[in-house]
Amino acid sequence: MSTAVLTLRQFRYNNKAFWRNPAAAFFTFAFPIMFLVIFNALFGNAEFFVPGIAAFGIVSACYTNIAITVTVLREEGVLKRVRGTPLPPSSYLIGRVLHAIFLAYVLVAIIALFGAVFYDVDLPTSTLAPFILSIAVEAASFCALGLAMTSLIPNTDAAPAIVNALVIPTAFISDVWAPYANAPPWLQAIADFLPMKHAVDTMKCSFLPGECASAYQWFDLGIVVAWGVFGLAAAVLRFRWEPRR
Amino acid sequence: MRGIDLEVDTGEVFALLGPNGAGKTTTVEILEGHRKRTSGEVSVLGHDPGRNERAFKERIGIVLQETGVERFLTVAEAIDLFRSYYPKPRPVDEVIEVVGLKEKRDTRVLKLSGGQQRRLDVAIGLAGDPELLFLDEPTTGFDPSARRAAWTMIENLKSLGKTVFLTTHYMDEAQRLADEVAIIVGGKIVAQGSPSSLSARGEFPTKITFIRTGAHVPDIPGVKVDGDHVEFETTDAVRDLNRLTAWAADTGDPLTGLQVGPPTLEDIYLELTTKADMS
Repeated sequence: MSTAVLTLRQFRYNNKAFWRNPAAAFFTFAFPIMFLVIFNALFGNAEFFVPGIAAFGIVSACYTNIAITVTVLREEGVLKRVRGTPLPPSSYLIGRVLHAIFLAYVLVAIIALFGAVFYDVDLPTSTLAPFILSIAVEAASFCALGLAMTSLIPNTDAAPAIVNALVIPTAFISDVWAPYANAPPWLQAIADFLPMKHAVDTMKCSFLPGECASAYQWFDLGIVVAWGVFGLAAAVLRFRWEPRR
Repeated sequence: MRGIDLEVDTGEVFALLGPNGAGKTTTVEILEGHRKRTSGEVSVLGHDPGRNERAFKERIGIVLQETGVERFLTVAEAIDLFRSYYPKPRPVDEVIEVVGLKEKRDTRVLKLSGGQQRRLDVAIGLAGDPELLFLDEPTTGFDPSARRAAWTMIENLKSLGKTVFLTTHYMDEAQRLADEVAIIVGGKIVAQGSPSSLSARGEFPTKITFIRTGAHVPDIPGVKVDGDHVEFETTDAVRDLNRLTAWAADTGDPLTGLQVGPPTLEDIYLELTTKADMS
């Protein structure tokens, strides 16, 4: 079977399994949308929340989703089984990553439409090319970080806790739920070092092009890519295929 | 592992038998390519499994001891996904038929019982139509009827001309299924041969048992009496049976339930494993 057909079939089954798993589908999709509704109800600043939560959606669909599902697959022995087949192990993981990137696009589209329909936030139609590019780059980078994370997660039970312990505090300082401008300098320095704030900035420039010199934020994308490369290198060096027993 | 020598012929069912921790899984994982050997030579179907070649993986099927399938796929979907990794896979429904999961074809994996999941494991191992199938403790944790069903399934595989490399700690399983048995204890092979040739080995005594009627005990060395159950082992069955019948004629004991048998694979196994433990 050709690689393209193989990848497509892998993608199709990953997708089926994802939507049949209520926990995965709920936490990946309902969570960001729930945040959008609650924060708008509380603070009513949709132009702030829509781009930030769109970026958070990319992190959720890629980093959170990959780190948790791949850990579960490893601990259940699915990865070890795949490694005993002729399928190159990298193809299996690439199939997973492609599916996560697809989820990121679907999730960002839902958040953007939700913002347009309920909160009057313009769709990023005039910045469509940089918008689509930013999502692809960020999704791939956060998937790489998710793969790297799996080697630090000892078992299935610990996965959601460890993954969220990093994501949620980072979101608080990264202009997702609270303004970055209000943070003290030391917190801003941490946020500047981490990739999430830079992903948020690219989304803001896509949704609100008037506030940025260009919708192509090469510096921000560069930081995210650097983290992605770091994640990929760590994943290549440290990835485990077998359950820890 | 402390150095083992094994040869398995095409089309045979080979059983590696041993207690837990004897090195069965280590051996089978080296043969599958899941684990690197530290020394020695291994050739499986002409390939060195340590090199992880795709061409090798295309010819084998692996059923690991503890393994999973994507829980939210159905039986047919899971098999279809795995068969797509192989150049000449078997049709999904044919594989489902072989393992007897026809009624569960469209059931999600998470709704299968333990025994059904194990059969799905075997189905996935067969999906690529392998020449050689590794089964690591395929029936551990099965109830008796599920074990019998699994045995029938393995016998079906043999009739399809597959070579099967089986590990087990059940003696009856090896005796029933295997053409060739190797017993491994503490990382070493302590005996190897067909189940019947192992039983016929001279170093294992013949076992004689009967239920006595009176209070007499035959005057034969090594006789053990437990209530009315009498048992002894002998390396000279002709002499000792002669003594026994002479004693029976004298005392009038009818030798109720007299059994004279070769040692079972279980006896050999127990003998070898206790020997190895003591050495």
